[in-house]
Amino acid sequence: MKVSLEVFRIALRTLSQHKLRSALTMLGVTIGVGSVIAMVGIGQGAGAMVKAQIEGLGSNMLMVFSGSTTAGGARHGTGTAFTLTVEDARAVARECPAVAMTSYAKRETNQVVYGNQNWNTLIVGVTPEYQIVRSWSVARGTFFTHRDMERADAVCVLGDKVAQSLFGWGEDPVGKTVIIKKVPFRVIGVMAPRGAIAGGGQDQDDQVFIPFTTAEWKIIGSVLPGYVGVIFASAVSQEAMPEAEQQIKELLRQRHHIPKEGADDFITMSLKDISEMREATGRVLTYLLGSIASVSLIVGGIGIMNIMLVSVSERTREVGIRMAIGAKRNDILVQFLIESVVLSCIGGLIGLALGIGGSQLLSLLGNWPVLISPLMILIAFLFAVLVGVIFGIYPANRASKLNPIEALRYE
Amino acid sequence: MTKPVDPKVLIVVKDLHKVYRMGEVEVHVLRGVSLKIEEGEFVAVMGPSGAGKSTFMNILGCLDYPTSGNYVFDGQKVSALNINQLAEIRNRKIGFVFQNFNLLPRMAAVENVELPLIYGGIPRRERKERALKMLWAMGLKGRETHNPSKLSGGEQQRVAIARAIVNQPILILADEPTGNLDSGSAAEVMAIFQRLNSQGITIILVTHEADIAQYARRRLLFRDGKVVEDTAEARVQETSSRRL
Repeated sequence: MKVSLEVFRIALRTLSQHKLRSALTMLGVTIGVGSVIAMVGIGQGAGAMVKAQIEGLGSNMLMVFSGSTTAGGARHGTGTAFTLTVEDARAVARECPAVAMTSYAKRETNQVVYGNQNWNTLIVGVTPEYQIVRSWSVARGTFFTHRDMERADAVCVLGDKVAQSLFGWGEDPVGKTVIIKKVPFRVIGVMAPRGAIAGGGQDQDDQVFIPFTTAEWKIIGSVLPGYVGVIFASAVSQEAMPEAEQQIKELLRQRHHIPKEGADDFITMSLKDISEMREATGRVLTYLLGSIASVSLIVGGIGIMNIMLVSVSERTREVGIRMAIGAKRNDILVQFLIESVVLSCIGGLIGLALGIGGSQLLSLLGNWPVLISPLMILIAFLFAVLVGVIFGIYPANRASKLNPIEALRYE
Repeated sequence: MTKPVDPKVLIVVKDLHKVYRMGEVEVHVLRGVSLKIEEGEFVAVMGPSGAGKSTFMNILGCLDYPTSGNYVFDGQKVSALNINQLAEIRNRKIGFVFQNFNLLPRMAAVENVELPLIYGGIPRRERKERALKMLWAMGLKGRETHNPSKLSGGEQQRVAIARAIVNQPILILADEPTGNLDSGSAAEVMAIFQRLNSQGITIILVTHEADIAQYARRRLLFRDGKVVEDTAEARVQETSSRRL
């Protein structure tokens, strides 16, 4: 008996004789494959979303943060030192040929009030160039201008989430007045939604933008006037990114009078760095979820082995009969092995369908991105087949080693 | 068919011993069996239980190796063959008929008959055809798709015989084939065996019942692992004594 369609037909018939048992045995593999597909799909989806978002931010953008302060031996972390100034930002724009444009920002968390609604959010004082550097469009109204900057006007542009939180769906925020730190601000625009950067990033829609000068004079305070938290710089092209980064570093070191051996008192970060970082996080997430799901697939395999062992001992007499009429050991081995492989294959196929369907449902209902690649489907399915072979080989081998005389006598 | 004057010797066993080891105890089941069986014979093997009949049949059927001694079947030295070669001999040259029929319970009659052909590598269409013809020859027309549980004992045994002969064996080994049958069915089954034997198939049959043994032309009586009576030898002795 060669491994042919015939063998599969026989296996299917045998399995259909114990429908409930076969179905329950398959369930283990089904759940295993389904969860592998869903989990890895979620992990990869998150990774892809992060990538898309970060690229959407403007892939030729560089950020410069102030370095860390050290007080009593404890380093306080990025942004705790105030080393970057408005002048630095202007100098970068002026003197670095690979940099097209810069903007700078000062940030503080504060409460925004509209009528009887309030919302705690990040107040960001930026220059009008910010919108261009980040290539971020305004959904309604306009962004503020240099005129607003010069006059330190009390105008603001709301992030999408802030607008929704304060105004709900029905009301148009543009032209309304909100209160930030007891200062009334006129809403002149609402940013287009950008979404949260998945994997621990901040929600970009949960911000309020005001002119930098207004922030410095009226909101964030003037403990250190002229200092900025972060400088945004856009390179002339994506290819010019490394060049731009190098030029910025050199210029800032020179401006900050840092000796040759001294460490930078600032940190530059490109969106590529961030996206690589986040992608790595996403990969770890994918592996983690995938391996947890794989465990359930292995548990499913143990279920198959269990049932196949039961099946072998139940069918000892059948094995004896088959051997008496000329089945070779190999024939018996193949017969039982194919049965377990068919079990795991069907279980795997159902698992694929459930995994794909379930994750699509999740992405539809939970608004969570899911990415399922054909390669992953193939791998998950092959893994299911492998489980069938690995956990089927022991019972099948046991059946093939039965002594025909004893097997025939078995009651 | 070989010439009737010089029938071919099908089975030669010489000093066959079989010892089973059950823990510490050794059970000597066969203690030196030697005989010849020619093609076309119809042999009844008799004797009390525990006399070694079944073990003898298992060895003849290539299901088991003797502990010592020689067994030549159809010109092949069986003890020199490996397990796969034994399986092939069982498939092509030997048909088994059991007391309790040993049909696969969840398969239709015709599928049971097809089994040896599957292992013989016969293509599906031919297989089905041959199995059906065999069932019809056994008078089972209309019963082809019945499961064994839907058939009477006599019908089940006829399905089993169809399965035993579908691959055109030269030897049929039947272990108490009528043990579970009423006398009517038993007579039917024995008639079939006689018909097959008349077509040239060698039949060896284990039975307890003297009237069943009557169908055979030669009787072997086993006791304590030895053949204590062989009507063929008796005949030889008769003729030789007559000569004297």
